[in-house]
Amino acid sequence: MNDEVDHSRRRLLTAATVGTGVVGVAFAAVPFLASWNPSARAKALGAPVQVDASKLEAGQMLKVVWRGQPVFVVRRTKSIVEHLGDHDAMLADPSSDDSLQPDYIKGAARARNPEYWVGLAVCTHLGCSPLGAFDPNQAYQLAGTDLGQNWPGGFYCPCHGSKYDMSGRVFKSMPAPKNLTVPPYAFDGDAIILIGVDDAPKKA
Amino acid sequence: MIRRFALLALMLLPAGFAQAQEEGIPLLHSGTDINNVSSLQRGARNFMNYCSGCHSLKYLRYNRMAADLRITEPELAANLIFTSAKPFDTINSSMPADALNWFGKVPPDLSLIARAKGVDYVYSFLKGFYADKTRPWGVNNLYLPSAAMPHVLFERQGLQKPVFKSEPDGRGGTSMVLEGVEPMTPGALKPEEYDQFVRDIANFLDYAAEPIKAKRQSLGVFVILFLLVFFVFAFLLKKEYWKDVH
Amino acid sequence: MAAVRLIDWIDARFPLTKLWKEQVAEYYAPKNFNFWYYFGVISLVVLVNQLVTGIFLTMSYKPSSAEAFASVEYIMRDVDWGWLIRYMHSTGASAFFIVIYLHMFRALLYGSHRKPRELLWIFGCVIFLLLMAEAFMGYVLPWGNMSYWGAQVIVSLFGSIPVIGQSLVEWIRGDYYIADATLNRFFALHVAALPLALVFLVIAHLMALHEVGSNNPDGIEIKKLKGADGHPLDGIPFHPYYTVKDTMGIAAFLLVFSGVIFFAPGFGGLFLESPNFEPANPLQTPPHIAPVWYFTPFYAMLRAVPSFAGTQVWGVLVMGAAIVVLFFLPWLDRSPVRSIRYRGPIYKIALAIFSLSFIALGVCGLKPPSGIYPQLARVATILYFAFFLLMPWYSRIDSVKPVPERVT
Repeated sequence: MNDEVDHSRRRLLTAATVGTGVVGVAFAAVPFLASWNPSARAKALGAPVQVDASKLEAGQMLKVVWRGQPVFVVRRTKSIVEHLGDHDAMLADPSSDDSLQPDYIKGAARARNPEYWVGLAVCTHLGCSPLGAFDPNQAYQLAGTDLGQNWPGGFYCPCHGSKYDMSGRVFKSMPAPKNLTVPPYAFDGDAIILIGVDDAPKKA
Repeated sequence: MIRRFALLALMLLPAGFAQAQEEGIPLLHSGTDINNVSSLQRGARNFMNYCSGCHSLKYLRYNRMAADLRITEPELAANLIFTSAKPFDTINSSMPADALNWFGKVPPDLSLIARAKGVDYVYSFLKGFYADKTRPWGVNNLYLPSAAMPHVLFERQGLQKPVFKSEPDGRGGTSMVLEGVEPMTPGALKPEEYDQFVRDIANFLDYAAEPIKAKRQSLGVFVILFLLVFFVFAFLLKKEYWKDVH
Repeated sequence: MAAVRLIDWIDARFPLTKLWKEQVAEYYAPKNFNFWYYFGVISLVVLVNQLVTGIFLTMSYKPSSAEAFASVEYIMRDVDWGWLIRYMHSTGASAFFIVIYLHMFRALLYGSHRKPRELLWIFGCVIFLLLMAEAFMGYVLPWGNMSYWGAQVIVSLFGSIPVIGQSLVEWIRGDYYIADATLNRFFALHVAALPLALVFLVIAHLMALHEVGSNNPDGIEIKKLKGADGHPLDGIPFHPYYTVKDTMGIAAFLLVFSGVIFFAPGFGGLFLESPNFEPANPLQTPPHIAPVWYFTPFYAMLRAVPSFAGTQVWGVLVMGAAIVVLFFLPWLDRSPVRSIRYRGPIYKIALAIFSLSFIALGVCGLKPPSGIYPQLARVATILYFAFFLLMPWYSRIDSVKPVPERVT
């Protein structure tokens, strides 16, 4: 060991080798982490769901499954649509600022077409599926609970008693923190709803 | 050093042996190119028009194919999907359930044919039909004796007839042995055009057997370059430290 | 400093610094390691590769006869980067055997199995044996036609054992043919039992190595000559000298490994066989059944031995003996020196003939049993065993050169 050791060269080369090695390991980790993403098959199974809502009578609802989750499609009556803005004071988040919905969903109707309301049937509290109780001012006896004479119509979650209005907006002082989530959807024609896409496909 | 090269040569030796395993009539060279996207597009069109009625590609999805072959979704829907399938579906044939009665066997799925048999086999097979009155569909195949499949591309290629040569049969006489084929009646395509037509199909099936192939190779270049840089640093570091060792 | 305090805290509870010093920083290895000494560490890299990629493959693979084949294509096409993980695993299997064969050949070159390293060698032989079982069961999992028929042939070997053979085969398969139950239990062994055993044995192999110290190309004990500091005169600390050298070796290996993965993952049908891209078909045997290349030397021996006395158990016995004989190598070699450098021409010629017959057997096992191959396989089988069985005699009468005091 007669030569003078060039420590700075050793440090530099060590740093270069270790640095390249770390970058290499990071690159190598990407495929492994990415392999946990939804696969092409999962994406195919989670593809948009088409719903023909024209057969729905006013005041009726459909439940469809999209990506393993139940989705409500409700055809609201005219009077319900007209009175959607009347009970904002009772709601926790009337303009849905804090809730999950696409950019094109706005206002009290929370819908692309106010007649049809589309939303995930998943309570934002702990994920139970709410029930529909659409007729206002009726003494509902739902899951053993009286919704009261002033009920404006909406959804009721039987697990912990969260109540939502006809646009899936949660009432004040409920266990659920947020309004029901609105998934991306689009209309293909008047009453064909595609759940899971923002735009209907262009016709070739 | 010599020993290292000898070792490397010995390690590579079996690779040559494995490829020399062939028998029967030698396959034609397909000359396909997985990076030739327009050939793949033509091959996809040819496959969908002439093959997909009976043969599925059950491991390949339409939208994957469209993305890899640079086909837009409207083009895909208009020109390549002939069934009620959605773009994200896999490519299934529209074969009715009684296929077994028609052909004596169910037409096989072709997703992996190019890996199982080789792309040259696919190319040769599509050029190998010849007239044979003894077969149910009036044709046999040079590369798949007793083929159950009709010559779907008959109008394109025309019909070929077999060529025999006489060989000693080992018992003092001679027997006729199938040697090749030659054109009998012309088809709609010139021979070179037909070659290109089936070359595109073979190329497409080579793609279908391993859709990632082209990307794998181009990514490999970057990986190798990166590892070369790493090797150079490691080599210099080793040399630097080993100055100590005498 | 916080880092120092943390290490002190750990050292008071776990021998971290002690382990690092004993096993790495102050483990003195001979300074004259050459090319052949890379394959130990490279086999460790391949083992890690197999474990990591294997774990990720199990996340998408389905061990059932109905779904296995399709799930492999699912990995190859639908799972993001699944193709890369699968190719890393399949190429890694072949790489494992290349590296292990070279690693074992190194021992034959420099006498690394000789006293006091007999147990080290035996651990290695057990690892080799388990690796063969691991590779065989892994090969069945894709449930291609070659998987199926390969399993059929190998499992049938046990049927040649007199009296219990047939019931043993049924017990192994768990059915009357290679079936779902067989695939399922092979999967369990391949992903859990055997890897666990392999990892333990690798640790034992390394512990034994560090207990006795590494051999070297001159085959002399460096521990005999120590300097004033108590360290071997011909030894250098494993870290940094061999950590940097091994890093370079690993980089070179990764270059070749990646070359295969990205440009020739099938390796001309040797690493991934074409018939295995057709699903398992119990009604149709592939034209040539050949095991994957790393088994072909032993498979050729099996076929080389004709059946007589109404049973074909002899081929199976010969094949088994070809592996068992390895365990006795430390006691078969009677040469006074270890390294080929100081051995006479007889051992050099014997080793050359042995290596060539092993390769010839490998080629014979790949080819259909016709033409010159059956005869060649027989000659090569005899030469393979002659190398071991005649060793006590020829290693003793062989001339030797004087062994130097210090490594060269």
